[in-house]
Amino acid sequence: MEGGPSARIREGDCAVLKRDEVFKAVSVLRRRKITFEKQWFYLDNAIGHIYGTTFEVTSGGNLQPKQEVEETTTETKEAGTDNRNIVDDGKSQKLTHDDIKALKDKGIKGQEIVQQLIENSTTFRDKTEFAQDKYIKKKKKKYEAVITIVKPSTRILSTMYYAREPGKIKDCTLMKDNVIQKMNRYCSKQENSFACSTSFYHFSVTTTLLITYAGRGSLHFQSHLRYDTLAQMLTLGNIHAGNKMIVMETCSGLVLGAVMERMGGYGSIIQMYPGGGPVRAATSCFGFPKPFFDNLHEFPLSKVQSLLSGTFTTETLHADPEENALGEEESNGLTEEKQTSLQETEEEPAPEAAMEINPTEEQDAMDVNAEDGEFKENKEKENKENVREKQIKQWERRKKLQEAAALLREKNADGLIVASKFHPTPLLLSLLEFVAPSRPFVVYCQYKEPLLDCYTKLRERGGVINLKLSETWLRNYQVLPDRSHPKLTMSGGGGYLLSGITVVLDKGKSDSSNSEALKMEEPSSKRCKLQDLPC
Amino acid sequence: MSFVEYGDTIKDGDTAIVFLGHESMFPVKVQHGTVTQTKYGVIRHSTDLIGKKYGSKVTCSKGGWVFILHPTPELWTMNLPHRTQILYSTDISLITMMLELKPGSIVCESGTGSGSLSHALIRTVAPTGHLYTVEFHQQRAEKAREEFREHGVEHLVTVTNQDVCKNGFGVSNVADAVFLDIPSPWEAIGHAKSALKAEGGRICSFSPCIEQVQRTCLAMEEYGFTEINTLEILLRVYNVRTISLQIPDLGKAAEDNSSTGFDSSNPSHQGSPCANLQQGTVQFKSGVPLREVVGHTGYLTFATKSLV
Repeated sequence: MEGGPSARIREGDCAVLKRDEVFKAVSVLRRRKITFEKQWFYLDNAIGHIYGTTFEVTSGGNLQPKQEVEETTTETKEAGTDNRNIVDDGKSQKLTHDDIKALKDKGIKGQEIVQQLIENSTTFRDKTEFAQDKYIKKKKKKYEAVITIVKPSTRILSTMYYAREPGKIKDCTLMKDNVIQKMNRYCSKQENSFACSTSFYHFSVTTTLLITYAGRGSLHFQSHLRYDTLAQMLTLGNIHAGNKMIVMETCSGLVLGAVMERMGGYGSIIQMYPGGGPVRAATSCFGFPKPFFDNLHEFPLSKVQSLLSGTFTTETLHADPEENALGEEESNGLTEEKQTSLQETEEEPAPEAAMEINPTEEQDAMDVNAEDGEFKENKEKENKENVREKQIKQWERRKKLQEAAALLREKNADGLIVASKFHPTPLLLSLLEFVAPSRPFVVYCQYKEPLLDCYTKLRERGGVINLKLSETWLRNYQVLPDRSHPKLTMSGGGGYLLSGITVVLDKGKSDSSNSEALKMEEPSSKRCKLQDLPC
Repeated sequence: MSFVEYGDTIKDGDTAIVFLGHESMFPVKVQHGTVTQTKYGVIRHSTDLIGKKYGSKVTCSKGGWVFILHPTPELWTMNLPHRTQILYSTDISLITMMLELKPGSIVCESGTGSGSLSHALIRTVAPTGHLYTVEFHQQRAEKAREEFREHGVEHLVTVTNQDVCKNGFGVSNVADAVFLDIPSPWEAIGHAKSALKAEGGRICSFSPCIEQVQRTCLAMEEYGFTEINTLEILLRVYNVRTISLQIPDLGKAAEDNSSTGFDSSNPSHQGSPCANLQQGTVQFKSGVPLREVVGHTGYLTFATKSLV
């Protein structure tokens, strides 16, 4: 949204394609076929245009900025009053399928095809005005293919993510299998690699709670976090520039991206991650400028306990049992596998990796300069430098880890955001230790019950006030003259939030103050007996 | 302290929130030598507040205690002096996200009202953005200016006392987003369009009545706004309770009770026998909806100013 040159579409940008209510995130690259909504085209012609420009797809897959056209409805409008005489005999449209196909193949503009369809519809004039409108709208949608290219934002990306069928989409598993294989090998070689946009691990059961084994490809895709729920989180968490935030999410990096957008590069974020590294597929779709990543840190969840108990060192960095859990992938010839392009995913993310909406769409998300000619020549040299490089990388990783640990040790974070597939209780009880008093925290969970447990445990722990368990309902409206009504309600599916504020924890009197607080906060109701003793 | 920057300790001149208990709090202006009365007794600012950490427990004269909280726009919304009907955080959240606000955004707002939304907008666009807010009621405009000064955010906001429907926002082609909460928003759509940047931006209008929404949507269409979309968001809050339900006496022997077919394990205690069968009750945790909830605040209509 910044003015000036940044509002123009540039090569290498992360952009979002929009057609009606459907979005798709893409990298703007020349000579690259994009498939979107049953159409294919190249983005070359879009480069240089301002974000928000609407394009028409011409034959040959080129984009042309759409000219504003005057609606050519010169004829006096004839319309019926009701449908008492309209019979569905299947013969109202005089154009056959072949006729329509012929029109399309001639490259006739969609608008004209729609006009032809109307003229050849015997029932059109008898339809009511409303029905005529509806008919035209439907046909326009089908034949007038216009695509708008917009700048990514939390609004667009969170809407896009939620719009997909949640069951069908799993994190980044829609990449080609060979890409996944490559990545697996890469992950197993480069332990803890942050360049992986997907990683596989199994989770050690660190708490007494049952944590389900997450195998390959079952990375939970953002667990039904509806966009209005995300909006609540950002506000309840008082996310703003200058904060020092702790974020724990397994939503492909969407929540992280939303927090980063709200902080505008000011302040710092420590992302807690399970397994081998944080997943930031969705984060990369935001197209943040490089400086935004300068104060983005990451810290492995598996090290939280040792950090809290003071036994944390970076020496044990690679002794993680969680990593390289997939021996299967490891044993598939990995020694000679080079990871050239994958390292670039850090700087040059390919959003499609996370954004393929249609699994049948074949786009190798990671084909970043696969046609690199110098690649083979460098192979020899690389082998020699590999060992040294590895050492440097390891040292850098340790340094980063130390920085993150130091930031956490200060125990003065300005807030905590949790949205993960894990049980929230153990996360909260540990991570709240790092948060300063009088700061908000928000936990998202797809289900209400774990948050009931979390609420109870936080009460027992103390050090938190104003606990609130909530959910939002969202209702969409169709607003048209004489035709206004709610569209669809979305409720129950958006997940639940538990929010509160930290206070100074006085360890001595936590028991007595606790029951007092309980009395204060829970007016006993006549209908249900309140029993606040844990069994 | 400021509403756009956290501070650790309470200082003279700060606005702090005194938290007494469940949904019971009030704002206080911290001043040397001042005292504040609460139901738990007196708080002396000089000794009890100034220099203390935000989030501390403060013991009052009668022995009761309160927490002192750092102000945030959300806490302010809960505690501000109402001069008009205000927007609450649920709507504010959606407005902020759907207007794509972030640090550096330029926002226009009308009317300022009690400043509930204004504080949230300023928080989000700080430190490099700006809020231009227009209020036609002179006293309210003045009061808002005073509050922004007290809260350390006056450099991020310009309050103009004029009628937005007649005179617009006082700026043109600068805004990334416009928000309207006025009785006749359709009269301000033209002004909103000229306030927004040439390359486009977002607009939102809040109206309680559907007739207002209809006229607003027509006006938006007329002025060439696209992506017109009307939403309503409702908050549901749940009380966390442990509920006991009695087991009916069907004339069975007590030891048969365990085979009556219900799941008597308590999920939060790993199946420890929490069902007090000897008492003839089953206990479980429940999120109980409040007896009275807000059913409607208003409709939010969003749209995009497009290029052409």
